Amino acid sequence: MGYAYYPGCSLHGTAKEYDMSSRACLDFLGIQYRELPDWSCCGASSAHSVDHTLAVSLPARNLTLAEQMNLPLMTPCAACYSRLRGAHHALRSDPGLAKKVLTVLGSEYKGRYEPLSILDVLYQYGPEAVGEKVTKKLKELRVACYYGCLLLRPPDYAKFDDPENPGKMERLVETTGASAVDWPHRTECCGASLSLSDTKLVVSLATSIVDMAVRHGAECIVTACPMCQANLDMRQRGRTKLPVYYVTELLGLAFGLEPKRLGLTTHMVNAISLLRAKQLA
Amino acid sequence: MNHLNLSRYEGEWLSFAQTVEAEGGKKVLSCYQCGKCSAGCPLSFAMEQQPHQVMRMVQLGLSDRALQSPTIWRCAGCFTCTTRCPRGVDIAGVMSALRVIALARNVRTSRRAQAFHKVFLSLIKRYGRINEFELVVRYKLASMNLFQDLDLGLRMFMQGKLKPPRGIAGVRQVRALFRHEKGGGKRSGLRLLPGLQLTRHREGV
Ligand code: SF4
Ligand code: SF4
Repeated sequence: MGYAYYPGCSLHGTAKEYDMSSRACLDFLGIQYRELPDWSCCGASSAHSVDHTLAVSLPARNLTLAEQMNLPLMTPCAACYSRLRGAHHALRSDPGLAKKVLTVLGSEYKGRYEPLSILDVLYQYGPEAVGEKVTKKLKELRVACYYGCLLLRPPDYAKFDDPENPGKMERLVETTGASAVDWPHRTECCGASLSLSDTKLVVSLATSIVDMAVRHGAECIVTACPMCQANLDMRQRGRTKLPVYYVTELLGLAFGLEPKRLGLTTHMVNAISLLRAKQLA
Repeated sequence: MNHLNLSRYEGEWLSFAQTVEAEGGKKVLSCYQCGKCSAGCPLSFAMEQQPHQVMRMVQLGLSDRALQSPTIWRCAGCFTCTTRCPRGVDIAGVMSALRVIALARNVRTSRRAQAFHKVFLSLIKRYGRINEFELVVRYKLASMNLFQDLDLGLRMFMQGKLKPPRGIAGVRQVRALFRHEKGGGKRSGLRLLPGLQLTRHREGV
């Protein structure tokens, strides 16, 4: 079996390290996947601000492509995850809209498989099984797991974990031997969708999230969203700067993979020096 | 104090709320003004009109106030409100429905955010995918905001994160999806140089 892999636009650009580290982890664990051929943009945060139908039809094209491969669709990007899940939900619950969209696409959609996040896939593989593959314990690394918005909300269709008190990311991260700190801003919004149009505001949101992590003893932040990663990495202005890792970067490191292969050299806040100081890279 | 003559809006109120619901603003008429959405909104500190107030405007049919409120463009779409509303109102959905209607009716309150969305969609239409490099350049032209983040852009370029755009094979199929967009493909006089065209619009309404 396996999965149809949907990288999304960011992973082909500013979040290329998330693409690299995701593929590296999947390969290492022997999880089968194929990139969805000729995938298109899911519309991200713009389509639904411009047209309600487009917000469903853009992701729907990718859903139907995956269905033709008869594989569940999986994406590392939390924003794509949200758009794909939302469209899947809409196509199944709104027959009128579904008809309109599917006619233009000239395909059917049964919705056999729910679109998944790469975290779902890793979780299905099992935290224990992931832990067994760890060769380099990330001991003494104190991590703040940051979920952000779109993996958890709206709970109608984004069902990765409990929307107010999630815990799955911590479980995955702790399999590496790192310790997840308890902190309050795990599900706060960092304002990434306004990063270009309202930068000042977003700087204050990102800085307060990072400061909160610092105050609770974290040495780094870990996330599963390219918008959150880029935003926190670029917009934090606090006195202590924290590197912001993708979950797959830390997992890959714990699997003993080369930091370069994981893209760790392409962050804004230096992502290597903390690891070097701990003799992890 | 501001007085509001509600009788002026008689007849319109229900139809406006229905338009909002049709655009994805689920159950806006169920709001009972408890304020929970505003209490938990991470952007409320930067909003003159709070989310629950915007819900009230929609319920009362104060369409001009709701559509001109900067709040609808400040909303980051985080769904905290929608998750918590005791009445099942999709507040985030109401916000995006109001953005959709404001754009369709040419209400220009937040030029930057509007420019961003237009440029974003024009690129999907052109290539089938977003090229972040072109997105940023065009957005900067459109919003006359050329120098911000130049340093970040340069570093990303050096890291090989900003690449020239390439279209996908199925771009025609993607374009076909845009024909359903309100106002058809025409409103997107976005086609060639969306950024530059947008700079001609005046700010305000
Ligand atoms: S939480 Fe729901 S019911 Fe309460 S004010 Fe907001 S929209 Fe209305
Ligand atoms: S979706 Fe918008 S209105 Fe609702 S809590 Fe988030 S920023 Fe506030």
